[in-house]
Amino acid sequence: MVGFLIRRIGQAIIVLVMVTVATLGLVHLFPGGPVRALLGDRATPFLINYYNHLYGFNQPFYLQYLKWVGQLLQGNLGFSDKLNVSVATLIGQDLPKTIVLVVLGLIVSLIFGIPLGVYQAVHRNSPADYVLTGISFLGYSTPVFFLGIVLIDWFAVDSHVFPATAPQSSSVASILADPRALVLPVVTYAFLLYALWSRYMRSSVLDNLVQDYVRTARAKGASERRVVWGHVFRNSLVSIVTLLGLSLPSMVTGAILIEVVFNYAGMGLAFYQAALNNDFNVLLSFTVLVTVVTILGNLLADIGYAVLDPRVRF
Amino acid sequence: MSEAQAIAATEAELGLTPSDKPRGMFIRAWEVFAENKLGLAGLAFVIFILLFCFVGPHLYVTNQVNTDLTNYLCHPSGQHLLGCDDLGYDEIGRLMVGGQTSLEVGLAAAVVSVVFGTLYGAISGFAGGITDAIMMRVVDAGLSLPYLMVLIILSVIFHPTVTTIIFIIAIFYWFGVARLVRGETIALRNREYVQAVKVIGGRPLRAVIRHIVPNAIGTIIVQGTFAVADAILTLSVLGFLTLGVAPPATDWGSMLSSGLNYIQGGNYWWLIYPPGICIILTCISFNFIGDALRDAFETRLQRR
Repeated sequence: MVGFLIRRIGQAIIVLVMVTVATLGLVHLFPGGPVRALLGDRATPFLINYYNHLYGFNQPFYLQYLKWVGQLLQGNLGFSDKLNVSVATLIGQDLPKTIVLVVLGLIVSLIFGIPLGVYQAVHRNSPADYVLTGISFLGYSTPVFFLGIVLIDWFAVDSHVFPATAPQSSSVASILADPRALVLPVVTYAFLLYALWSRYMRSSVLDNLVQDYVRTARAKGASERRVVWGHVFRNSLVSIVTLLGLSLPSMVTGAILIEVVFNYAGMGLAFYQAALNNDFNVLLSFTVLVTVVTILGNLLADIGYAVLDPRVRF
Repeated sequence: MSEAQAIAATEAELGLTPSDKPRGMFIRAWEVFAENKLGLAGLAFVIFILLFCFVGPHLYVTNQVNTDLTNYLCHPSGQHLLGCDDLGYDEIGRLMVGGQTSLEVGLAAAVVSVVFGTLYGAISGFAGGITDAIMMRVVDAGLSLPYLMVLIILSVIFHPTVTTIIFIIAIFYWFGVARLVRGETIALRNREYVQAVKVIGGRPLRAVIRHIVPNAIGTIIVQGTFAVADAILTLSVLGFLTLGVAPPATDWGSMLSSGLNYIQGGNYWWLIYPPGICIILTCISFNFIGDALRDAFETRLQRR
């Protein structure tokens, strides 16, 4: 187990280095360099030189990289020249709002996705299974922003049941105080994730139902309810734990789109606006932050898998 | 009883006639595929939408080059069956042109990423050892990148055309394919027929291309089908974020994005629902086909 942990953490560090090099390299792809993109077409050579010097872009790439990583490790995430705030301040403002959206969506989607997935597997090929499978196929194939637009059209434009935009307040407390405005964004987000969980849960339970331990449990005379919820369900949850770790990039993607559709002022919207403004410090820091969280998520999922499933020993 | 007679007798017992030769994998796969109604429906819709987008403009001729502001947001009528958009383009004609982009990008990005991912994964799995470890860390790194964020950055940098957007999307899909094919390769690597190549002095690339890739072709085709659906969705996302192909070219996502501007201003349903439904039906069809193909290539479901 210790050997596995060391090897796995070593891999994560190598991946982290590769990703950060690639991300910093990405910024240099801006035509004319990142500073030119930031300052616009009318920037004077003097200003461009000044900023290149300021950010150290006139140094060799490896020095830039070491300096940048050193700053990151000290918690300095850079400065947004367009918004005139530090990236850390920006994250402090926007991250809580994104977390509210993601956590609420995650909870709602798990509440529906897991039990319905189990139900589908137990009653496979029943009419209910076909209907639910159809719904999750729809979830896989619907662009999340289109679902948002349709819900806005039905519930905000046509019938005024819910507001069309998310709460615009800057504090988390007042966002939570206006739950009606959160309904559409959270429902849209949850539907996207629901399709993921229910389909994995269905196939995972199906795989587990034919295992020997299920036959043993039945042979002992355990009731069907006990077999499904006591044995199969617990084992199937293991695969959901892994999936949660692996789905972080799609969860981030969903959050970006939903924040743009509903004009919800979280990290996703800030990132999108930074991209439109060539605000490369924001782009760099946000991308690296999400990547680090993803790598950590994968690491924890793998370790969690080894802890939860006694058959997995390294 | 001679040996030939004995074989014939056994075959008869098993219900085989002597004319039953082992049939090709693709014919057997098709037989299973044809039993899957959703798969067939998906295939039918894909053929329909291909005809609609690529043959349709020759039958239903509209001007998709010059704007016509006298038809600004015109309502559906006999002349414009689904109305017009904010530049006076006929909406059905727009769907055809946008669909061409979406389908071309979807199919091409899938082919590029699957071909590259297959070769990469097969070489990595076949090489093993330190080469495999390094090559797979690259895949890990790629899979942990938040792909939409990087896609947004790349689109902002390159102001993509149809060709560049194909590669920008393909960059992010081949990682998953590579990991999958590597797994298959490791399972196949120690089979006798692959080892035999090494024994008779064949080059490793030959073992990969002639023996490993054909044996993993089922997995590869299934992944390719799902990749088409994903690429079409990804393109629509970029279009929605106004980072897709530049006008006058368009795609279904860009159409949705411009339609969104009029959502509060009245009932302009034809600007939003037709492109959205096209995206959904096309992606669902490719997903259905992928699911049916997965069953079709699974050997235990095939009749021999």
